[in-house]
Parts: sequence; C-alpha cells; structure tokens
Amino acid sequence: MPWRSDAPDGVPIPLCAEAAVANSSQAMEPSEEVLKDLHFRMVRIRHFEEEAGRLMEQGKSPGALHLYIGEEAVASGVMVHLSDQDQITSTHRGHGHLVAKGGEFKKMYAELFGRETGYNKGRGGSMHISNVDAGMLGANGIVAAGPPIAVGAAFSNKYFARMEGRDSMNVAVPFFGDGATNEGAFHEAANMAAIWKLPVVFICENNGYGEFTPQAEHQAISDVADRAAGYGMPGVICDGMDAVAVWEAAGEAIERARSGGGPTLVECKTYRFVDHVGLRGIGLHYRTDEELEEWRARDPIPQHEQRMIEMGVMTADEIQAVHDAVMADITESIEFAENSPLPDPANLLNDVYTPTAAS
Amino acid sequence: MTAAEAPAGRQLVYTLAITEGVRQALQEEPLAFMAGEDVAGAGSVFGIYRGLLDEFGPDRVIDTPISESGIIGLAVGAGATGLKPIVDIMFMDFIGECMDEIVNQLAKMRYMFGGKATLPVTVLTMSGAGMNLAAQHSQSLEAWLCHTPGLKVVMPATAYDVKGAIITAAREPNPVFVVMCKGLMALPGDVPEEPYALPIGKAVVRREGEGLTIVAHGRMIHEATKAADILDGEGISVEVIDPLWLQPLDTETIINSVAKTHNALVVHEAVRFGGLGAEIAAQIAELAFDHLDAPVGRVAAPFSPVPFSPVLEQTYVPNAERIAAEARSILGTG
Ligand SMILES: Cc1ncc(C[n+]2csc(CCOP(=O)(O)OP(=O)(O)O)c2C)c(N)n1
Ligand SMILES: [Mg+2]
Repeated sequence: MPWRSDAPDGVPIPLCAEAAVANSSQAMEPSEEVLKDLHFRMVRIRHFEEEAGRLMEQGKSPGALHLYIGEEAVASGVMVHLSDQDQITSTHRGHGHLVAKGGEFKKMYAELFGRETGYNKGRGGSMHISNVDAGMLGANGIVAAGPPIAVGAAFSNKYFARMEGRDSMNVAVPFFGDGATNEGAFHEAANMAAIWKLPVVFICENNGYGEFTPQAEHQAISDVADRAAGYGMPGVICDGMDAVAVWEAAGEAIERARSGGGPTLVECKTYRFVDHVGLRGIGLHYRTDEELEEWRARDPIPQHEQRMIEMGVMTADEIQAVHDAVMADITESIEFAENSPLPDPANLLNDVYTPTAAS
Repeated sequence: MTAAEAPAGRQLVYTLAITEGVRQALQEEPLAFMAGEDVAGAGSVFGIYRGLLDEFGPDRVIDTPISESGIIGLAVGAGATGLKPIVDIMFMDFIGECMDEIVNQLAKMRYMFGGKATLPVTVLTMSGAGMNLAAQHSQSLEAWLCHTPGLKVVMPATAYDVKGAIITAAREPNPVFVVMCKGLMALPGDVPEEPYALPIGKAVVRREGEGLTIVAHGRMIHEATKAADILDGEGISVEVIDPLWLQPLDTETIINSVAKTHNALVVHEAVRFGGLGAEIAAQIAELAFDHLDAPVGRVAAPFSPVPFSPVLEQTYVPNAERIAAEARSILGTG
C-alpha cells in the first residue's frame, strides 16, 4: 500500500507523487528488459544474503553481518541506472549494494570468509566490502561516512567532465539509513553538493529504525525527504518496497544530476525483514510481530514477480529458473570461497601505503 | 583497595559489573544522567546497560540519535551547567566523529576559562580487537586521549576495576574516559555489592616478581599474566603491573618495580608507534636508566589498520607467546 506519512487523514497520497508530477509529461515506463533486470538484481541479493546469514550462524562467516533482506528494491531500483563509471558509497548494510552493482558472488563470499581471493583480499570483510573498479567505494563501518565521500566523487566527476568537454557527468550515489541523517556528516555533504550543484543523488533507505531505535524517537520528522528543502535541493519520497517505484524516482534524479541539474534526496520507505545484525540478532524485541508481518506482506520480490506474470513479462517457470540459476551460482561460489587460500600473515603490512614513485 | 584486597565472594562478569557501576552512580547522584545510542530501550548493543531505563526512567537514561558530536557536546554543555553527564560512545572507533568536542571543548574549557568551568563528565566506550570486526570497530585509541591535557583516562581490565572505574569517574569533577575492553565482556571476577571508588592514578601490581617488569594495560594484562606463567615455568620471575590509569600515569609504581627487577617490557594492544608504551618506556629510560640491565622492550600491534581476516587479526594482536618471546630476548635467554 503506497503511502505518505504527511498525507491528510484518510487520503492516501501515492508515493513518488513529486516524481510523478515533475515528470508527468514524460512518465517513465520500465521496459521488459528493465523489469527483468530489477528482478534479477533483487533475487541475487535475497539469496546471497540468506546464505550469508546462515553462514554467519554456522560460524563460517566471522564478524558481524548486517543483512539487506527486505530492502532489495532500493539497491536494485537505483543501480539499474548506473554504469561502472558511476560511483556509490554504501553502509554497514552493504552487501546488497555491491550485489546490485554487479558484485561477483565468488569474490564476495571469499571476502566474508576473509580469503585472499575476496574483493578486499580479506582485509575488509563485510563492513568494508568494496569494488573500486566498478565504482563501489565500499561498505562502511562508520554511519554516515558515505555521503561526504560521494560528494568528493561527484566533485571529481564534474572536474573530469569539464576537462574532457563532456556535458554528461558520471553520478555519485551515497546510500545511507534514516539514522545516518542525524550525523553531521550527512548535513555537511548535502549542503556542499547543493551549493556546487554536484552530480549526487542521495538515497536514504528509511527502514524506520536506527539499530533498535524507531525513527519517531531519533528524529522529529517522519519524512527524511523534508530535510532536502533545508539545502535547496528536491526531496522525493518513494515506495522502497517497489522496485519500479524506486527505479522511477531514482531515474529522474540521476538524469537531472547527470545533466548538471544538481543533487536530489530520494527517500525510499523500506523495512529490514531480519534483525540489525545477522538473521536473528541479539534477541531484543523492539518491533511488533504485526509490524513485521505487515511489511513482509509487501515483500518486494513476490510483488514484482506477480506484476511480471500479470504483464506477461515472465512466466512462473521462467522466474523459478532465475532463482535456480542464482542458487547454483551461490553454491559454486561458497565452495570456491571455502577452498580459497587465506591471506599470508607475512603480508600483513602490505597496502597500508601506496608505494611512492621513485624520483 | 586493590583487586587483590577485594573481599572474595560475589562474582560478576565484566558486563554486569559495568551495569552495576552505572546503576550505583545514578543512584548516588541525582544530577547524574546517562545518554548514548541505544543505551536506554536496548540497554546498549553490548547489553551493558540493561534494566537502567526501567529503574531510572527516560529522563535519566536517554537514547540519543546517531550523533556522536552531539552526544559529547551534550555532556560538555550539561556538565558545565551543573549536571553530571555519563555518556556512552558505543565503539571507541567512533570518537573520530566527536574529536573536536572531546579535544577542543571538553578537555580545554576549564583551562581556557581560567578555571571558571567544571566538567564532571564520564565517557564510557568499548575498545579492542579480536572479534573480527575489522578496521573501524576494533581499535585501541587510548593514546589519542592521553595526549590531550584536561582528560583523565582509565582502562579497566577486570570486573572489579570496571565497576570501580565507572563510580570513580562519575564522582570526579573532571572529564574521565572509561575505556572498556570488549574482549573481556564475559570475564568473571569478584565484585563487592556496595559502591566503591578506585584511587585515581594508582597502578595495580597484578603479580609480584623479581627478574622482569611487564607493564601492560587493558586486555593485554591477561596476556601478560599468561606470559608470566609461561616464563615462570622457565625459572623467570615476572612482575606484572597494570597502570589502570593511563592519565594520570602511576610512574612511581612502575619505576620502583624496574628498580627491583632491572628489566622492563611494555605491552599494549594499540599500534606500537606513538602508543602509550612509548611514553612509559621513555619514563623508564629517564628515571630508571641506571637500574636497567637491558633496553626497555615493547610488544604492541604493528603499524597497520586492524585487518579483518581472522588469520591476520591473530597475527596483529599481541599475545602471551609474543610477550614471552620478547621477555626472553630482553633477558638474553631466548
Ligand atoms: C559513527 C557511528 N556511530 C554508531 C555506529 C553504530 N551503528 C551501526 S549501524 C547503526 C544504525 C544505523 O541506522 P541507519 O542509518 O538507519 O541504518 P540501518 O542500520 O537501519 O540500515 C549504528 C548506530 C556506527 N557504526 N558508526
Ligand atoms: Mg535505519
């Protein structure tokens, strides 16, 4: 059920209202390709995360994993618009962002297992998983560290576009939670992006909680998008459980950023289906069963599959085949990761510094 | 009272000793309140403040937004205007977010104002590696704090000391950082039920010995004690000193020990370069040079961020074997 929390009583105002209005003359319709792409990215995230959660519980994946289960539509809806030349910054809940940006399961599981074959050679693990070659500037253990870094990447994008005489810029997209918007770093980044009209699209994944604290207790507004006005940029709200809605809202903002129109704050209303850390968490009861059920009923994946079946884009069998293929990839990748070499402790001090060029 | 003198009896694990320390600090001082991220409803991600919200209510046990500089700022402003803030910075790594509030405000306000402000602020934070939490959730940054005039820093490594440190900090009219060790959360120890304070700036002699002084703090106390056991089996008698207070540092106890043993080894979990061990070694060199039979040794982390992969992290964090090896090399027996 699409909703806006500032809607008058009893009047459901559809999500993405702003996006739809601003874009009414040229409302975007996703092609069949896009619908399948959104689906594929979401399914890859879901299965990757469920397996990762199990591996953590079995003690095979050390440290702490913050899982993205339930929020797949956000990363997928945004990432369909991005190329490897566009950058993202991620959060502690970063696996989904990397998967959606084309992350290879082998290198991802290997990283979670602390292997030399992982994306970060086992040095980073879940909270720092990255793929700089594809513009994924890292998950991050520090809440709200991403937005200022994305501003730097966007500055760089604008700089290079000017040097190379291009009108179209690469775009930098920081993902961050509702809780992160209470850190000074978020506000400084938003202001800088706005005054310099940088190609940044701020994607807030509002899952209603920062750890165990509900949004109503950590900020006095219910729509993070309201904060955009304070920086002079558009703020847009969309249904973060609907990949198409995210795709639409993000698409418009990304186009605007690319063509020099400056930043946008896109708030995606979403929910994490599992606990803050791992699948079962630390056993705190801070969300009601009813609330969980309500949101689970809006699971972005079955919702999207239903739509595709109704539209005749994919059959149930074809959908199942996607799940099977993803699962096969996962099984193979976990095996690869488990059989991969561990880092050599003799190389512990490698990569602290970049070697200085001989003069 | 030192740990050795604590009446044997009631055992509490480190985490519950933390809870009891904060509880008693709030009980004895109506102007004290506690604030931090997820400290109230959730009782902290480490479970160390469970039950405090129920006991003291939401006016005194407060969940803050994720805003570390706001949290320390709150403590500075509330402390300077008459309250006794106890604030929590969940992981020590996050002090990066609030270093201005710590270094330029909290630490200096009294001095800058000509002694006209009092900052009775307690900051509780969890440090240390060993849990595969990687580079931003595993650091030991106590040296950053000790380098800042105006702050006091205590790093309790037993259940007894952590409770006492919290109560001492809460009673103290100065900013005190209680740097707790996440690797010790399940460690049991004797903890008296009544509130008690620790003498500020007083080290604890964890073990007496004749041939070598090991000065270790935080979780490394336990590795140093294990190393002392190993060395004992080789006929080497080791004295283990836990400074406990890193600022102010109990130079006297350390120097007296070195004057007796003639050899010194300093151990900590933080990186070696510029770590607290450098200060301690320098003080020993300055004040006990004539007593030393060998240069002061140091065992600490290498100069890299804390790696994620367990094989690397195990190599990174000092342990009893490395401490014992360094001891042998100082004594020329290895
Ligand atoms: C600077 C900093 N403060 C606190 C934390 C501890 N922490 C990790 S995740 C988290 C909650 C983040 O909430 P939100 O931004 O809404 O993201 P979500 O977990 O809901 O995806 C907190 C407080 C941290 N990692 N970094
Ligand atoms: Mg959140």
